[in-house]
Amino acid sequence: MKSLAGLLFGILICILLANFAGESAINFIRTIGLSAFGSKYDLGLTLFYTTAFIFTGLSVCWSFHAGLFNIGAEGQLTIACITAAYIGTMMPGLGSGTSMLFIFIIPLLLAAVWGGIAGWLKVKKGSHEVIITMMLNFIAAAIANWITLEKIKNPDSQNPESRPISDAFYFSNDFIQNYFTDSPVNFSILIAVVLCFLLYYILNYTTYGFKLKATGKNAKTAQWSGILTQRIQLQALTFSGLLAGFVAWNEIVGSIHKFRLGFSADYGFVGIAVALLSRNNPILILPSAFLFGVLQKGASDLDIETEFITRDFARIMEAIIILSVIGFSMIKFNKKKSLPKSSEIKNDL
Amino acid sequence: MTFEILQSLFLATVRGSLPLILVAFAGLISERSGVIQIALEGFMLIGALAAAIVTFQSHSPTLGILSAMLASAAFAGIYAFFVLNLKADQIVSGTGINILSFGMAPFITKLVFDSTGSTPSIDIDFKLHNSTYLITLSVAAVLVYFFHFTRLGLILQFSGEKPEVLKSHGFSILKVRWISLLICGALAGIGGSFLSTAMASNYSPQMTAGRGFIALAALIFGRWKPIPTILSCLLFSFADALQMTLQGNQSFIPVAFIQILPYLITIVALAGFFGHSRAPKSLGQK
Repeated sequence: MKSLAGLLFGILICILLANFAGESAINFIRTIGLSAFGSKYDLGLTLFYTTAFIFTGLSVCWSFHAGLFNIGAEGQLTIACITAAYIGTMMPGLGSGTSMLFIFIIPLLLAAVWGGIAGWLKVKKGSHEVIITMMLNFIAAAIANWITLEKIKNPDSQNPESRPISDAFYFSNDFIQNYFTDSPVNFSILIAVVLCFLLYYILNYTTYGFKLKATGKNAKTAQWSGILTQRIQLQALTFSGLLAGFVAWNEIVGSIHKFRLGFSADYGFVGIAVALLSRNNPILILPSAFLFGVLQKGASDLDIETEFITRDFARIMEAIIILSVIGFSMIKFNKKKSLPKSSEIKNDL
Repeated sequence: MTFEILQSLFLATVRGSLPLILVAFAGLISERSGVIQIALEGFMLIGALAAAIVTFQSHSPTLGILSAMLASAAFAGIYAFFVLNLKADQIVSGTGINILSFGMAPFITKLVFDSTGSTPSIDIDFKLHNSTYLITLSVAAVLVYFFHFTRLGLILQFSGEKPEVLKSHGFSILKVRWISLLICGALAGIGGSFLSTAMASNYSPQMTAGRGFIALAALIFGRWKPIPTILSCLLFSFADALQMTLQGNQSFIPVAFIQILPYLITIVALAGFFGHSRAPKSLGQK
């Protein structure tokens, strides 16, 4: 409930800000709405963003449950995408069965390794995962730039992008893409939805999920009760990397089929907002990711339709929603008047 | 030839370390008062933008720096409100502030100059030159003195180590941390203003390029102590200068691998391969 109130408040602020930039509220909402749902193509694009946001949202959410903050989803998905693009362009001759295995599995594994590096450094060396994952983001971007421009550059294009991957690697009979003609949404969205339910099940109904949450709630207590917290933390960041890596299925295998520099609409960072809004509940990530998909798509049309609002407005909206959601979740409504407990006095400091 | 390269490397190291040192000190004040500070990147970006705009419009670098301080302190104020008054998670709020400033910067340039990219160039006469050295040196000297030899410095350190002691002596932790965060924002703003009015002559998108995070890393690598922090800023700046020197001279190493050097050194340094550091005891506690 508080999240919802925070969300509404955040949207209100965004509208006021747009008003400040000279756009009427009605026009603002109408542009976003038309842009997101206006046609089958638009809806398809919205769902395409949604898919990526589900993956990164799950990635952030999973490590949140282990008490870790993965702001490295951006780097992890970059690694996965560049790997997929590299495999797709450099090894077109693989037989169809193996090729599928290659392009699906290897990017995920490398993304998992990318997350695992941060996990290992956190667990063994005690470095803070936030800074490490941030640095890994920059490194991943530099590597991806280099591979794209030096190794697999598209000679027929003015844009900085890789050659298209061989069509042996496409999803075969992608009925979702066929339905939304010409729009990038693809089969990955089904995988994303299934993953949400699967992770919800693991979190809430398995011993492993319990261990993960126990580690996140209170690592010391968890350790005392015999949970190998360090191993859990390492696994959590590794698995987060893997989840972020699924974006490669959506982007490279499923739709665009090539690595474009700067393709990511801040997927990794929006993932933080998505996870936060869903309160780290994998199923609630679905509506939350959809909302951000709508905002993302809407902002790209605000760029065209309005005079002063650019596509960067999506970032402002994300930030405002993040802040207002956490702000509202911290406000204590209907305060009870009683003497504070001794523990609360300390917290009050 | 070699001597020239070494000389330029040395100069680039010192020049590049100035904003880092200021921002690392900004982080130092915040973290020693007990508040995790990952929003340095955002404060810096806003500082760079404010300085570029105001210096361009007013032709006064002093006004530019002042407005950078104000703008970044305002963002720090938003952050302080969330983490201190609402007691929200410090890392999530910090990330929110960072994203907010990444989005705000192009929004503001669009409103002011009708472009989402860079701001117009500042005339060379109005750029900061040697005063950056002077500012950094004096700020560093004052802060080192402040940390080690003043009562206020002690109050700040207690706020991060044992806030309950401070409270029992009648101080308001909230006030101490609010003031620390505002100073933190102002300092990070000065650091940002150096980027756009001294090292370059305009603001360009994402010109901080992770410097805020590197400054935070430098501060952790410097074990939350002023003088080691300055030294580690010099180290990180050296990695950056090395990267630029190698990039300029044709070398057999691919550019990408030179570009990642500063980030790589940050990771290695943070991994404690050079000994462990201890954070302020109450860091991040609400």
